[in-house]
Formats: sequence, structure tokens, C-alpha cells
Amino acid sequence: MLTRREALIGSVFAAATVAAVSALPATASPKEVAGLPREKVKPVAPPFVHAHDQVARGGPKVVEFTMTIEEKPIVIDADGTQLNAMTYNGSIPGPLMVVHEGDYLELTLINPDTNTLAHNIDFHAATGALGGGALTLINPGEQTTLRFKATRPGTFVYHCAPGGPMIPWHVVSGMSGTVMVLPRDGLKDDKGKPIHYDRIYYIGENDFYIPRDESGKFKKYESAGDNYDDTVKVMRGLIPTHVVFNGKAGSLTGENAMKAKVGETVLIVHSQANRDTRPHLIGGHGDYVWEQGKFANPPAKDLETWFIRGGSAGSALYRFRQPGVYAYVNHNLIEAVELGATAHFTVDGTWDDDLMTQVEAAKPISS
Amino acid sequence: MQHKPIVACGVLATAVMAIGLASWFPVERPNDDAELVTVPPGSFEHPRPGEFLKDNRPVMAPRIVVKLGAPLEIMKYQVSALEYGRCVAAGACKPADKSGSGNVPVTGVSHIDAEAYANWLSRQTGASWRLPTDQEWAHAAGERFRGDIEGGDSDPNNPAQRWLVQYRTEASLGRKSDPDPRTRGAFGTNSKGVADIAGNVWEWTSTCYVHATMSTDGREISTSIDNCGVHVVEGFHRTYMSNFIRDGKSGGCAVGTPPDNLGFRLVRERLNFVQATLRRFGIS
Repeated sequence: MLTRREALIGSVFAAATVAAVSALPATASPKEVAGLPREKVKPVAPPFVHAHDQVARGGPKVVEFTMTIEEKPIVIDADGTQLNAMTYNGSIPGPLMVVHEGDYLELTLINPDTNTLAHNIDFHAATGALGGGALTLINPGEQTTLRFKATRPGTFVYHCAPGGPMIPWHVVSGMSGTVMVLPRDGLKDDKGKPIHYDRIYYIGENDFYIPRDESGKFKKYESAGDNYDDTVKVMRGLIPTHVVFNGKAGSLTGENAMKAKVGETVLIVHSQANRDTRPHLIGGHGDYVWEQGKFANPPAKDLETWFIRGGSAGSALYRFRQPGVYAYVNHNLIEAVELGATAHFTVDGTWDDDLMTQVEAAKPISS
Repeated sequence: MQHKPIVACGVLATAVMAIGLASWFPVERPNDDAELVTVPPGSFEHPRPGEFLKDNRPVMAPRIVVKLGAPLEIMKYQVSALEYGRCVAAGACKPADKSGSGNVPVTGVSHIDAEAYANWLSRQTGASWRLPTDQEWAHAAGERFRGDIEGGDSDPNNPAQRWLVQYRTEASLGRKSDPDPRTRGAFGTNSKGVADIAGNVWEWTSTCYVHATMSTDGREISTSIDNCGVHVVEGFHRTYMSNFIRDGKSGGCAVGTPPDNLGFRLVRERLNFVQATLRRFGIS
């Protein structure tokens, strides 16, 4: 720990780091933590989530993750528009990491020397040191390991926050993800009754700000650094050129549509690290919704649309009751249709005529 | 079925007047250089365009045998950006939304734009140019005609089945979006000698979108309602677009894969002697 702190003193974070050091909580002693069982988890790319217990087995443990930061160009729409993306582990959003309340999440973050920028990670689930940002700033060619105690159950954003104007730029270049801290005894409904999910899907929503050339076409840049000035100008207008799920318009449609069956309960985790959004499942509902994402609060019931504040992750639980093709959108429909924030579910099963029936199909108006 | 969109009537009237003037005052004409293919008459089986109901449920489009009795003179290539640009320069067409130039198909054009071009070209050349009907397009497309991406007949107990089949069929085609128009001819010619069928430019036709109800035996159409504010668009697959849409992506339905681009090609109507004479004097 000392060497990492020393390395950071003198950086833009000097003041913050000092504050963070004094704020480090006196929790379980390092010795006690060292005695805890350890589990290594391999992160899985979204919209999927690594295998996990919904109800914790046994006592607290240290859950280890490793993520490699990848800077790489990606295509974000059907027109071939390019984003010089910055990613945790190669995906936008970065992987969902699941632990239980009272567990320790231990992340090794690697910034390979093929990258060009310094990065770090700010966990909204963590306490102190700017969410860990002050302890994790690494240059290309470096790696670091941070451990924090998961003290509050819920879904929480993590994102890169390497200081000043770098922060929003890194975030709108793709560097965000989610941690889910489950209560040790699992999720509960509004009356405190246990509920579980058959499937979990993880959606990260991004607002992108791609500069255009004189003729209005989106510009391409050699590297992330080249686009910085132009991108900041677009960012300051606060109107995104793209609002997409999982890094690309159409990333969760067609062959990649999410799947479920009638009768199955699905937990949809939705994060937005930067900007407000309002998810809506067309033709369905949110049976139980943790709009703010924090499981110690009772879930809201029967929602049509829910609000995810920029800089937070929420979750919605829904049991599919009818087969078909469902669209899951940001219900600012301009953002859904014109800017890209649309995903699909294909749901197999038996149709329930009681819930809906077509009494009469389209026909000429009877006089 | 009604083939002429109502919206074109006003344009047509203007065209008639202009032809009259053109006959008396020599004007500079564009090169009548659109390369044509003459597709011989023929008959073929064809799924009707539109949406069809039987017993109150959606069914597969009925397949009919189409007989085209006369040779079809159709443009070998889609109208190019260069050709369309002449109409824009003449003030008779609106600039296209996509700024392709030269020998690439014009894209970013609506049905209204395509009609305006056909009318202008007819005035300029004294010939009769128009969009092909859906059947004519299919005839010229030959083996490259695909039709709608179908979900089959609706399961009376589960309407969702058809939506899922259609969705999965479309997804399984695995067509990636391909937004940049290529030089004309890049997608090759089909067995009829027609170029660029089912490439990355979908083409407007003159056929209106229709809702039809089939008789119980499924043999004929008992009622149908045309909506000529929406026309059949042909290409890699058949779809339907509002007349004013210039970018297929924004005009597509909620779920399906939208056309990469919207463009068109025209057919030249063969005029008999009387028609040709009347046209020459601006009375047609």
C-alpha cells in the first residue's frame, strides 16, 4: 500500500490522496482480512453476468477480479461511426462484478503499455479515496490492486476518474461499469419476502459525443488523444450524438437480443454513469424496481418506466407473462429510435388470451 | 389495386404543361444515356406485397402467377447521383440527403423525389419514364428477388409465434449494415442483365402498401384498403416506407432491419403511335 501511495503523491491527486489516507476506515485488520476465504472470479462481458449465488453461502470472503484496460476504436452505429473507446476489460460497459454485503472486492487493474493514457477506477460502492480513484491511477505499463469492503447492498456504478477534464472524457469514451452488492440473504420484495431471479441481464447505457466535419459527417481519429479537443466541444453542448446500450446501437438486437421464457423472472441491471435515463420495457412492466438501485430500500412495484439518475445503476425485476418480441428502450423515444437506445428481448412461451386478445383485426371501417 | 399515388397528381399536371412548352421551344436536353435492359415478357410466381388477413389472423402473403405480356424496358443501373444532380440543377428535384457524387446510385431520396425525377426526365426526353410496379421490379430482379421476411401464418393460439419466427428469420440472415453506396455495377448483374439488384440500395416502386382480407378459402381478396402514403420498397428484402422518407434507417419499423439506403431506377413506358403523337404535342 505504501509504495502505491508514494507513487501518487505529487500527482494531481496529492491533496485528495492525503485526505483519503486520513479517511481510511479502521475496519477488519489486514490480518483478519487475510484469514478470509478467497474466490477468484472471471468477469464476463455484458449483457451477461458471471455465475453467482443470490443468497450468500457462508461468511464474508474476498472476491478477486482482474480487469485489463483496453483503448481501441470501436464502431458504434450502423453507419460505421467510430469511437476511440476506452474500456474496462474490452467491453462497454465494463463487466458487472457481483459480491455480497460484507464481502471484500479486490480488483487488480492492468493498464498495458499498448495504451496511451493513464487510467484509474472510482467505485461508487466503495468508501474513501474518491471511491478508490486516488489509489488506482496507473500509467500504461502499470498495474494496481485495490480492495474495498462492500458495506451497502445495491447496484453501483464504477468509472474512470483520472482527474479534471479527463474524467467526463474517459467516461463518455466508455469507461464505466457496475458492481452489484447483493444482501447476504438475497433480494426481498416490498414486504421483505425473499425473491429470486432466473436470469440476469446487464445493460450499460452510454451517451457519446462524436465530432462532425464541415459537411456534417462524423469524424474519425487515429487515437483517443487526437479527438480530445473536438470531443470536449461537443460534450459541452450536452447533446449526445449517440445514446446507446452496451457500446453500440443495435448491440442487443437481432442475434444478440436478450432471451427469456414466459414464467421466468429476469433481473435487468441498468447503469448510466453520466446522464439521466428512463428505461421502459415495451409491452411489459417492472414488477419490482430499485430505481435508485439500493437494495436496503423496498422496491417500487408495477412501474411502467423507471428513472436512473446519471451516475447510478438501478435494477428492475420482471416475470415475463406473454411471449413475443419486446423492446427495452430509453423512453425518451428520440434517444431510443434516433440515437440508438433500443434493445430487444425474445420471449418464448404460451400466449395468455386473458391478458390480451385481438378481438378484431384491421378491416375497413364499418358504416 | 391503385398504383398512382395521389400525391403525384399535381406533379403530373405540371409535367403535362411543361411538355407542351418543351415541344415549341427547343431546350437543352440531358443525354438520354440511361442504359436500358429489355426484359422479355414472362410469367412467374410472386408473393403479393402488403399484409394479409384470413379469418381475422395474419397469414403469409398469397402467391400469385404474374404474367407480364410486354417486354419491360428498365434501367440497367439505379439512377446515379450525377443523373439526379441534373434534375436538381434544373430546379425540378430537391437535392438528395446523401452527398454521393458521380457514378454512384443517388441515395437519400424519397418516393416523392423519385416521382419528381421521373416526371422531369419524361419532360426532358419526350419519353415516358416512371417507377416500376412491384411486379415489374420482381420480374427484372429475377433470381435476386426475395420478398418480405415472412413469419408464416399466425398461430391462432399464439400470435407471438409469428413475430418471433419473423424476428429470428431476419436475424439469421445475418445481414450487416452496409451504408456507403458503391460505384454502379459493384453488385454485379443478375441473369436478366440488370445490375445492382439487392445490393445496399433499396428501390422505390409505384405499388402502394395494402391491408387485405382473404376469402375463407384463401383464393381471393375479399376486401382491401390501400395506403398510398406508403409504397413498396424492394431490394435485399421487401419492405414498406412512407413516401417522404429519405433514409431507410429512420423509416423502418420498430424491430426489423431497415434498408441501408433508398434510391430508385425507372422503366420506360412503350408508347404506341397515338400516345407518342399526343405526348409530342403535350397532350398525354
